[in-house]
Amino acid sequence: MKIKLSLEDRIYNIINIILATLVLCITLYPFLYVIVASLSSPESVNSGSVWLFPIGINLNAYNVVLKDKQIWSGYFNTIWYTLIGTVINLIMTTLAAYPLSRRTFNGRRIIMPIIAFTMFFGGGMIPTYILIKNLGMLDSRWVMVIPGAISTWNLIIMRSFFENIPESLHEAAIIDGANDLYILVRIVVPLSKPVMAVMTLFYAVGHWNSFFDALLYLNSSQLYPLQMILRKVLIQFDNMEQMKAIGTFEDRESIGQTVRYATIIVSTLPILLVYPFLQKYFASGVMIGAIKG
Amino acid sequence: MEHTFKSHFSKRDKLSKIFNRDKYLWMMILFPLIYYIVFKYIPMYGLIISFENFSPYRGILKGPWVGFKYFIEFFNSTFFWRLMRNTFLLNVYSIIFGFPAPIILALIVNGITAKFYKKSVQTISYLPHFVSTVVVVGMVVNFLSPTTGLINHVLSFFGQKPINFMIMPRWFRTIYIASGIWQEVGWSSIIYLAALSGVDSGLYEAAKVDGANKIQQTIFITLPSILPTIIIMLILRMGNMLSVGAEKVLLMYNPLTYEVADVINTYVYRIGIGNSEFSYGSAVGLFQSAINFILVASVNKISKKVSEISLW
Repeated sequence: MKIKLSLEDRIYNIINIILATLVLCITLYPFLYVIVASLSSPESVNSGSVWLFPIGINLNAYNVVLKDKQIWSGYFNTIWYTLIGTVINLIMTTLAAYPLSRRTFNGRRIIMPIIAFTMFFGGGMIPTYILIKNLGMLDSRWVMVIPGAISTWNLIIMRSFFENIPESLHEAAIIDGANDLYILVRIVVPLSKPVMAVMTLFYAVGHWNSFFDALLYLNSSQLYPLQMILRKVLIQFDNMEQMKAIGTFEDRESIGQTVRYATIIVSTLPILLVYPFLQKYFASGVMIGAIKG
Repeated sequence: MEHTFKSHFSKRDKLSKIFNRDKYLWMMILFPLIYYIVFKYIPMYGLIISFENFSPYRGILKGPWVGFKYFIEFFNSTFFWRLMRNTFLLNVYSIIFGFPAPIILALIVNGITAKFYKKSVQTISYLPHFVSTVVVVGMVVNFLSPTTGLINHVLSFFGQKPINFMIMPRWFRTIYIASGIWQEVGWSSIIYLAALSGVDSGLYEAAKVDGANKIQQTIFITLPSILPTIIIMLILRMGNMLSVGAEKVLLMYNPLTYEVADVINTYVYRIGIGNSEFSYGSAVGLFQSAINFILVASVNKISKKVSEISLW
């Protein structure tokens, strides 16, 4: 039975739709503006006549960005850190989560508190820096992937997921003579695709966006991830090599804004492209975390 | 009683039997355990340098002891109150403005009846969460540019003079918090939407029969239903009062805005890493960690009492 909507309810619905649309606009407009401005002529962007459609379309800004060596080396490094880092994260997290998910494991009661404590207390920035320095990891690629090998939060999510795998599967496998290593690789991991997918995404996005570790531990600019280059170009307004070749100071300043917008697009494009395909996993990841946490 | 009759030998035998049963599990957890000891516990041990005159050439235990000298130095420095005030205010404002935002968004999204539109708003609202902080701050800086930025074009359209937002201390907190809400509101609303989807639809049916309109349903059914989630999230948020991540502040601030922007973490970074004052920086960091730990522990205790939900 459908109850007819009252006038008040209809007004409520309309206001609600208006508010939702407003949220949508506020979220999307900055992206739209960046795209439009990156495609427009520097003069029209600087004078403020661009706001919804590109004016005086030109691709010079992209030309400058795509010819820049730093952007490409930053891209390469970020991809390296993301790939290697995520593989290390997944292996290490799984190796910790599986034993801790076994109720019969006699080390569980000692090890779990040791791990959980690190979520609430730590040595902090300086002692960690000194450790990394003493390990000789400063200014090496490994510093970007090893010190963050396990996120305790993700470890707990994964452990909870493993705990929900029926115990009878383990018992059956043990009767068949399987050991824990075999059970993990052949039974638990294949059954854990959802949580593995979510972990991959979380860790990968973390590596892709990470900036502070690079700032702390890296000195050589050829090791810099994309985010360090972006900081230089977008925030410190340090011009790209390509731009230094451009005639006068005024010309450089004039094209600067469009180049920065093009830089945002070039660096954010991968996430914007994969986002529609991945977003359902993102949400389910938060749910897995939220319900268990 | 029984085990008193067993010989020492059989007890050891039992132990080795248990270990044998779990040997693969121990092998697996070996690397993670080493990881935690090296990268989490050794830095905790490294905190010793807060109490000595540390020099990287001498090593951690070899420095001359100075006791609480660096802590006292920090408490007496002009920075102490400035850092405490900035850290505290950024937190308070972000709780006042940032905390209710995802709840309101969740209510709005939940109220959309068209399924496709509901999904679209939800999906798009958490897109900014996946854009890096560097890019978000980069967008903010460029939009606010006094000469070429979008915001100042709009202001001049309305006959206002351009404002150089990024170097004006009184704009820092507003920009920091507003951009934070823009980036995280959608993502944070997911947990409330999950809570909302668990509300018994029978309650709404009953309310409709009683003649309650949508606003009344929101106030008397929806809000009370998600109140436990709201309280837990608020308590957890309170436990983080003394930590403002250094990352975003470092990207946003400059010497002109230090007086309002500098927080404990950025100060530790500048002094500790920038000026290599390891002992002093470490002492400041330890002060922050200690307060945070106390906050989390007490909040956990309160949460245990109020909601029977606790972190440990």
